[in-house]
Amino acid sequence: MFWNEPAECMPQEERRQLQNERLQQTVRRCYEQVPAYRKKLDDAGIRPADIRGVDDLKHLPFTTAEDLRENYPFGMFAARLEDIVRVHSSSGTTGKPKVVGYTRRDIDTWAELMARTIACGGGWKHDIIQNAYGYGLFTGGLGIHYGAEKLGATVVPISGGNTKRQVMIMQDFGCTMLACTPSYALVIADTAAEMGIDLRELPLKYGIFGAEPWTDSMRKEIESRMGIRATDIYGLSEVSGPGVASGCEAQNGLHIFDDHFIPEIIDPATLEVLPPGSQGELVFTSLTKEAFPILRYRTRDITRLHHDPCPCGRTHCRMSRVTGRTDDMLIIRGVNVFPSQIESALMAIEGTEPHYLIVVDRDKGRLDELEVWVEVSPGVVSDKVRRLEAFEKQVAAELNSALGLGVKVRLVEPKTITRSEGKAKRVIDRRELGS
Amino acid sequence: MKVNQISVFLENKSGRLADVTRTLAQNGINIRALSIADTVDYGLLRLIVDHPQHAAKVLSDYGFTVAQTEVLAIAVPDRPGGLAGIIDILSAKDLNIEYMYAFVGRSGDHAIVIFRIEPVEDAIAALQQGGAQILTGEQLHAL
Repeated sequence: MFWNEPAECMPQEERRQLQNERLQQTVRRCYEQVPAYRKKLDDAGIRPADIRGVDDLKHLPFTTAEDLRENYPFGMFAARLEDIVRVHSSSGTTGKPKVVGYTRRDIDTWAELMARTIACGGGWKHDIIQNAYGYGLFTGGLGIHYGAEKLGATVVPISGGNTKRQVMIMQDFGCTMLACTPSYALVIADTAAEMGIDLRELPLKYGIFGAEPWTDSMRKEIESRMGIRATDIYGLSEVSGPGVASGCEAQNGLHIFDDHFIPEIIDPATLEVLPPGSQGELVFTSLTKEAFPILRYRTRDITRLHHDPCPCGRTHCRMSRVTGRTDDMLIIRGVNVFPSQIESALMAIEGTEPHYLIVVDRDKGRLDELEVWVEVSPGVVSDKVRRLEAFEKQVAAELNSALGLGVKVRLVEPKTITRSEGKAKRVIDRRELGS
Repeated sequence: MKVNQISVFLENKSGRLADVTRTLAQNGINIRALSIADTVDYGLLRLIVDHPQHAAKVLSDYGFTVAQTEVLAIAVPDRPGGLAGIIDILSAKDLNIEYMYAFVGRSGDHAIVIFRIEPVEDAIAALQQGGAQILTGEQLHAL
């Protein structure tokens, strides 16, 4: 089902025209309303009139998370505070949080894009949506909430946490759609199993999951354990929140709502724009935002873009599932390693659980050691140590071939790796770097 | 003829063995024999208890990974050469002993040794033929 068929299936040429017009307005707005953007453009010798369309995007300077922190809290707002009806913020785990604002029209646009997202994931007016994303400064909870209401669905604003109650409400209310992080979806599945409830027998049919990188094998696991269709959704508060891109029933990437956001892929080292299909860092420019327009924001997310048609009929450009973040990337003995590669390799091995922990350490010989903690499942344990050792060797060999790097595998007891109710912590880096 | 043994996966960290023994104690389960096979990071605790099914359930409920295996409890004459006689029977038939450990308790003038041998049915046949005494679960728990 399309929430907005004319926009979602618009011929690409026509959308290009729309992007060009909207880009001009956005650049002008940034230049006139935000001193930080004016300074950046002046320093780069660019006047707003130089940017006539998408082809000129490459001349604009980038915006980074650092720019947002330097202008904390409201310095990047392009609307007067009296016109701003809401603010959201990142968790600020790495310094000052990034604060974003919304005018009433921004909230409406966001709700429209979230309604498209929920419809992409299979949801419609008659659905009961259990919204287990956190409500609060994080954009996930309220983003889904407004979209679900716009769509006309029934929202259960349960927020994250209290997993037994999540399962009880899912069963008692007959929720048909679940929205949360993928790692939390697995926590819910584990808890339901402990409570003796088979989620596949409940009315639950669809799930929309995002806010952290996950893999296709994890999607399949969620689908089979919950008996649902799981859709990957993408967004970030600096660009708008969830509702920047969404997977569809064709399951071949995420449609970027490019009538509202223009994506680019750059090489994170050289900052050059890469040709279509290349893997690199995703960069976004907003086209319709009033309170917090953003020019060429470096997301740090690693993906690639696809422009070929999708069988679902939407004409939006698509992005692959995010495979990692430029700042999650570990460099181990000179090899680039993304936690998602380790996850994919583990999920392909029978007997492993989807919970793992990556521990990086540097031994006395100054060599980086990569250790992967894997929970054993009952299928692997017998009375023989030999069997466990063989399993350990098999996992190490699979990881070795996936990463091109020697890995030490450590088997741990089930449930010893911390489950998260929000974004999962997968990496512990014990190296003392930077000295 | 066969006796049920439970194996528990344990990480090598303090307090884990105590968690097992405490869980069994709280559920009124008596440990009759045990052995630990370990590596640097983890170990397998093998147990003979008076109620193996119940023990496996309470340990699983507590969060341990548990496996059940069938082993043989053999009465070994308590004199020089007693164990050698048993092992000779097995070795004559090319039967491989995976592991063995002693049982706490005696049967008359016999010591009890737990054997893990594969294939187990061939081992039973060979031992019976050789005149060795194999205890049933009931006999073992009655000691």
